[in-house]
Amino acid sequence: MKKWLQKGRLVSLFAMLALLLMGCGDPTLSALIPQGEVADKQFQLMLISISIMILVLVVVFVLYAFVLLKFRKKKGDTSTPKQVEGNHMLELLWTVIPILLLIILAVPTVMRTFEFSADAKPASKNELSIKVTGHQYWWEFEYPKEELITSQELVLPADTKVHVELSSADVIHSFWIPSLAGKTDTNPGDKNKNYMWFDTGSKTDVVYKGKCAELCGASHALMDFKVRVVSKEDYKNWVASYKAADGKSSANANGQQVFEKNCLSCHAVGQEGGNTGPSLTGFGDKDRVAGILEHNKENLKAWIKDPQEVKPGNNMPKVNLSDEEIDAVSDYLLGLKLK
Amino acid sequence: MATHESHKKRSGLMDWLTTVDHKKIGILYLLAGGFFFLIGGLEAILMRIQLMEPDSKIFTGELYNQLLTMHGTTMIFLAAMPIIFGFMNAILPLQIGARDVAFPFVNAVGFWLFFFGGLLLNLSWFLGGAPEAGWTAYAPLSTVAEDTGVDFYVLGLQIAGAGTLAGGINFLVTVINMRAPGMTFMRMPLFTWASFVTSGLILFAFPALTVGIFLLMFERVFDANFFNADMGGNVLIWEHIFWIFGHPEVYILILPAFGIISEIVSTFSSKRLFGYSAMVFATVLIGFLGFMVWVHHMFTVGLGPVANSIFAVATMAIAIPTGVKIFNWIFTMWGGQIRFTTAMLFAVGFIPTFVMGGVTGVMLSVPAADYQYHDSYFVVAHFHYVIVGGLILGLFAGLYYWYPRMFNRVLNETLGKWNFWLFFIGFHLTFFPQHWLGLMGMPRRVYTYMSGQELDGANFVSTIGAILMGAGTIVLLINIIISASSKYATTKDPWDGRTLEWAMPVPTPEYNFAQTPLVRGLDALYVEKAAGNGEMTPAEPVGEIHMPNGSILPFIMSLGLFISGFGFIYANWIVAGAGLGLVLITMFLRSVIDDHGYHIHKEEVEADIKGGRA
Repeated sequence: MKKWLQKGRLVSLFAMLALLLMGCGDPTLSALIPQGEVADKQFQLMLISISIMILVLVVVFVLYAFVLLKFRKKKGDTSTPKQVEGNHMLELLWTVIPILLLIILAVPTVMRTFEFSADAKPASKNELSIKVTGHQYWWEFEYPKEELITSQELVLPADTKVHVELSSADVIHSFWIPSLAGKTDTNPGDKNKNYMWFDTGSKTDVVYKGKCAELCGASHALMDFKVRVVSKEDYKNWVASYKAADGKSSANANGQQVFEKNCLSCHAVGQEGGNTGPSLTGFGDKDRVAGILEHNKENLKAWIKDPQEVKPGNNMPKVNLSDEEIDAVSDYLLGLKLK
Repeated sequence: MATHESHKKRSGLMDWLTTVDHKKIGILYLLAGGFFFLIGGLEAILMRIQLMEPDSKIFTGELYNQLLTMHGTTMIFLAAMPIIFGFMNAILPLQIGARDVAFPFVNAVGFWLFFFGGLLLNLSWFLGGAPEAGWTAYAPLSTVAEDTGVDFYVLGLQIAGAGTLAGGINFLVTVINMRAPGMTFMRMPLFTWASFVTSGLILFAFPALTVGIFLLMFERVFDANFFNADMGGNVLIWEHIFWIFGHPEVYILILPAFGIISEIVSTFSSKRLFGYSAMVFATVLIGFLGFMVWVHHMFTVGLGPVANSIFAVATMAIAIPTGVKIFNWIFTMWGGQIRFTTAMLFAVGFIPTFVMGGVTGVMLSVPAADYQYHDSYFVVAHFHYVIVGGLILGLFAGLYYWYPRMFNRVLNETLGKWNFWLFFIGFHLTFFPQHWLGLMGMPRRVYTYMSGQELDGANFVSTIGAILMGAGTIVLLINIIISASSKYATTKDPWDGRTLEWAMPVPTPEYNFAQTPLVRGLDALYVEKAAGNGEMTPAEPVGEIHMPNGSILPFIMSLGLFISGFGFIYANWIVAGAGLGLVLITMFLRSVIDDHGYHIHKEEVEADIKGGRA
């Protein structure tokens, strides 16, 4: 076998390409800085396909540049170029070589496509199972075994395979955590539930960014979520304290009253409350207000005061509250911390 | 003869409203398509201005979604396709030595349907807001929207789509029936071949769109539940129908551009096309495979690994005939004498740009990796490389190339080169960074992105590029305005052409060929030039020429559908019925009025020939 085809050279070519692409973007968002098994294998596939494609590009571009430089019309040349009909050998060559290149690409393609698929079967013993539901414009995460529901923030233990069931409460959304895995759509209706899996990677205490990747309405751009990966032990503690949390975990009686009167019908805290809006259990520990704004009181007040201004087209009504009430309920919400 | 014939010469506006002449309809298509191209381009620049900086608040939420929907819909249906139809109308009959298309009346109907459909769609901006569910109009987002935007989308596209279908059928029949003696299928210029295959794709793809849009219309206007999961419907039905139409649509767009590039590369290298029969075969194969790959737009919707793998391999297969084309173009230039006119510059820019769009296409065909690319800016970069870098560069090339034949003047070459470089550099600046944006985690169709995600730099560069593209387009407009005030060119064959469209004097006579030419090989005009004849040998003696009469009926017929469109949008059944009634009346009139056209007498034709006008 020729020298340049040897494995060492190929690996070094890969390494160079990887170097060129890596470091591109935000390490908690970029698909080019994979953090889990699935994203990693997807990145490998990108490298394989980019390598083959760069090979094609180089051949075409070099040939093309040569032709453009060599065969320009020279001044005063009045001869007629030879009229060539074609060449069967050449035609065969540039049909067969691409076929071979595509076969090389097709093998890992089909392999990985089957590998990444998941089905309706429940998660196996050492897998974590979650149900993801897309809403305009927020995400609901249900942990069926742990019997808890969170919103906007997905807390996961490190080094764990996660089995995901996806559906939607309204229109089509698409669940995407570029650092951990590619996206899968959430379809409305029971018939089109989707399944996928991903691996949470080895890093702990890191927050990955998640996005909605299918146009879902006016605030599609703002439908972000977070994936917090923690150690297995911290995860256990988190589950316990999340389940123990209730509306009294915040010590603001005034705010609690306002909340229970105006908000509880849609938003759950602990075991109580409705489910048309995101659960607010442990809201004080969250990373963002409404999934996008920096987590502080001012933003929270602005959001409650006029939800449409922050997230156009969302379903949260403008509740008729006085400034004092908004202030109190904000304090109450920010005080909802897990033990 | 011709006792019952009457022929009224109309002038000015009335002439354009009633024309059934393929050359004039071609110009109408080009003007209307060009106008919508400017609107679509403006929408794109507005979006890029919003995305220039993070957390920007210029065009947000619904308004931004309207811009992105109208940009896509306008560019595909109202700009790209009509401009292609413009060239097909103006050039295809000339290339096969015909006096007109097979059905001149239907041709006019097709144009006016497209025009009124496009007008209806764009009026939505002033009537309660444009559609906001994306050009793909995925249900249920498109079905639950409460304003009338999507209704305009549904009715506008239904009317415009009917026009496209009529046009496609017309060109199929024209190519099959109207070729001059000696113009066998395997002597047809590549542009004619590409248009022929494209028309075939239209015939099979557009009915899928028609059906899909009817379902959407019934769901919106009459509360049907095809896509309503709560009532037993299924949202994936729309996605399948849309892409069964939508993927062939991509090839409907790009094949004519391949044809244009083939003509230009051959002409300006002064060589016949390398591997002509392979090129024809590749065109047909691409058209065929185009129907087998729609699921690659749906890898993430959950169809399972078997479906995804099959469609992945089918998609990869398209790369093979496409590669054949690229190499054949390069080898057409090999050994030639390349003249870098503006038309050729655009063609030269087309080839590497399209190759880049093609290789990202192969990357996208890998489902497991596509889960990362899908609906991200990587896809936006890919399809703009194919559609702008491919199709639009091809159309610009065609415009500079055929302008002298269509408008009897040559566009200014210096301005042309400014046009090319501004647009070409702007294009790559706009879209190359978008590959990275997608891989770095930016979804498409977002109106903003937060700072601190390392997405700022590439977005800024992209907007600068878009402004350059706009500047390039303005140079083209200036060029056209200057040429409009200049004199007619005197030469009928400014590029030393090889095909039949360069065989007539300028301006092209109403009847195209005084005598139908005899075609004696591929590149019919070049064959005669090489034999020392310089012009075509006639296949018939000078005689009477039968011409169709103009008619206002196509205009009124389309106007009727336009009116009924408003009726359906606002659920006003009287208006809807009145509009449809107008259509039926014009159809009835068309059926009962005996119109045999008229004849141009032999003496007139002889006088034209003598005077150098034919």
